[in-house]
Amino acid sequence: MLTILRDLLRYNIEFRIGLVLVSVVLVMAALSFAAPYPPGDVYLVPPDLPPSSVHWLGTTSRGQDVFWHLTFAIRNTLSFGIMVALLSRVIALVVGLLAGYSGGWIDRVLMSINDTFIIIPLFPILILFYFVLRDTMSTPLLATIMACLGWAYDARLIRSVALSLKTREFTQTSIFSGMKTHEILAREHLPYVMPIVFSTTMNNMNWSIGIEVTLAVLGFTDINTPTIGGMIYWANQHTALVAGIWWWIAFPVGLVVMTFVGLFLLAVSMNEYIDPRSRLARMGGSR
Amino acid sequence: MNAYIAYLAKRLVQFVVVVFIGVNLAFVITHASPIDPVEQSISAVTSFGSTSPDAIAAMRASLQELYGLKGTPSEQYVTFWSRVLRGDFGPSLSAFPTPVSALIARALPWTAGLLIVSTLITWVLGNLLGGLAGYYQRNRTLKLMGVVAMGVHPIPYYIVALLLLIIFGFLWPVLPITGGSAMNLQQGWNWPFVSSVARHSILPALSLILIGLGSWFLGMRSLVSNIVTEDYVVYAETAGLDSRRVLGSYVMRNALAPQVTGLAMSLGGIFNGAVITEKVFGYPGVGTLLVDAVYAGDYGLVLGVTTVSIIAVSIGVLIIDLLYPLIDPRVELR
Repeated sequence: MLTILRDLLRYNIEFRIGLVLVSVVLVMAALSFAAPYPPGDVYLVPPDLPPSSVHWLGTTSRGQDVFWHLTFAIRNTLSFGIMVALLSRVIALVVGLLAGYSGGWIDRVLMSINDTFIIIPLFPILILFYFVLRDTMSTPLLATIMACLGWAYDARLIRSVALSLKTREFTQTSIFSGMKTHEILAREHLPYVMPIVFSTTMNNMNWSIGIEVTLAVLGFTDINTPTIGGMIYWANQHTALVAGIWWWIAFPVGLVVMTFVGLFLLAVSMNEYIDPRSRLARMGGSR
Repeated sequence: MNAYIAYLAKRLVQFVVVVFIGVNLAFVITHASPIDPVEQSISAVTSFGSTSPDAIAAMRASLQELYGLKGTPSEQYVTFWSRVLRGDFGPSLSAFPTPVSALIARALPWTAGLLIVSTLITWVLGNLLGGLAGYYQRNRTLKLMGVVAMGVHPIPYYIVALLLLIIFGFLWPVLPITGGSAMNLQQGWNWPFVSSVARHSILPALSLILIGLGSWFLGMRSLVSNIVTEDYVVYAETAGLDSRRVLGSYVMRNALAPQVTGLAMSLGGIFNGAVITEKVFGYPGVGTLLVDAVYAGDYGLVLGVTTVSIIAVSIGVLIIDLLYPLIDPRVELR
């Protein structure tokens, strides 16, 4: 693990930039624990102040300090992304490994469900969910729903690896030594798909955060929990841009873009690392 | 020929499965709701003014039927499907008594036009540039493009749409930033209307293109940079073939097949962008309709738009799948 990190740091500029961006975002999120203001309260500071030495990123029309509010928002947004990514990883792993290993009708049934989830437009379905669950919609519930919808593409990737593992000799050995299917999947095959799981986790976080921001901007989430999307929603509600309070929108937007680019670069560099051909090229092979 | 029919049958089955699961999902979601949509819809309508008790009773009955809440669950299920198959989602509540299907039919051409044009531009441009970048790896402009694509690609639609809105709405107001066309024009195939539609679609389309371009660019670049190390490409180059010919006939052609599959798979995701883009730019399409329906508490319209979008995207995927064998003759025989 450490050597992988060292190699990535040494040869991969995308990884370095991604790491810096994600670290900044993580520091922001960690600062929320030191915040002088509670996250939900309003009219704590004078409203509509531009960035200054007292309020580094200005204050909102609701009387919140943008900097400290942003630390809560990014923490909630990140934990939402992590929640969705972890839950959907479990589903993707179970479906992908099982479909790839079992083959036959199990594979066919799982994959037709899988293909459906890849194709179906998820956004209208999420809006339908919000519409019928309006009053009970909370962040954990939304995360669960999104995890149930967002596993399909990664399950396909995992299946493709599982298919090749199935024909390898060690799988035959485990079968003959009497291991059960779930034991083979968990102990023998799981380690081989972990690199893919890591890189898809980043992409899945990006996907879920993107949809959360979009839903929140429209007001289709629990807008009382501070998130990046929620901040933009409230800024829009107070017509911040027209009123010239640009810092209320610009800083959350900037921070979420940093999150996206950072996570994406980490995912890309890991993907490249997994692929031996491009790793060789990177380390100074031919081409 | 038999192989093609088998391929065709498989795709049609896939299409039916997608629509079946999707519409069932809509049924399950709406029936798992803790809210009684009938009473809610009625209170939404009656709050606008007094309605006679007879009208309310009639409305309650038709709403119960519409939402499939009449009879046993299995009867409800059958009613729901027969409604979907007839494309009948009852009257819209926010635009009473216009039928939901009429509202969707009015909005669908706008969304379809915007999506088809911007998706095609994005796909062609992204693959062309990505292919060039993968083949001419030392070219500085193309390298820079790769860096920009990496930076822009993961940004959510809303942010890009917002930035465009700020740039062209406040800083440099040269383009219309809201609506689908100028209000005072007669709709039809006349030049003022068509050009107005085109001008109004530039910004929404641009935001969709900017976001989509990066992933096609990066995908195609990595595909091509893998293909250029294949033996047949190296052979063609050593044999002294013109590099444009190698790129066009050997490299691009072989890299295109997975990108076509990708196009089919990305269609569902495109809808996400369309909804928010349309809302930001006030474009009169299905996305705006959906969001406004949620604000207005219009149950039938939300359900209708969701179902129609599932079916529309499935049809899009089917069309791409059916065109697939024309692009890659190796694949369809499996």
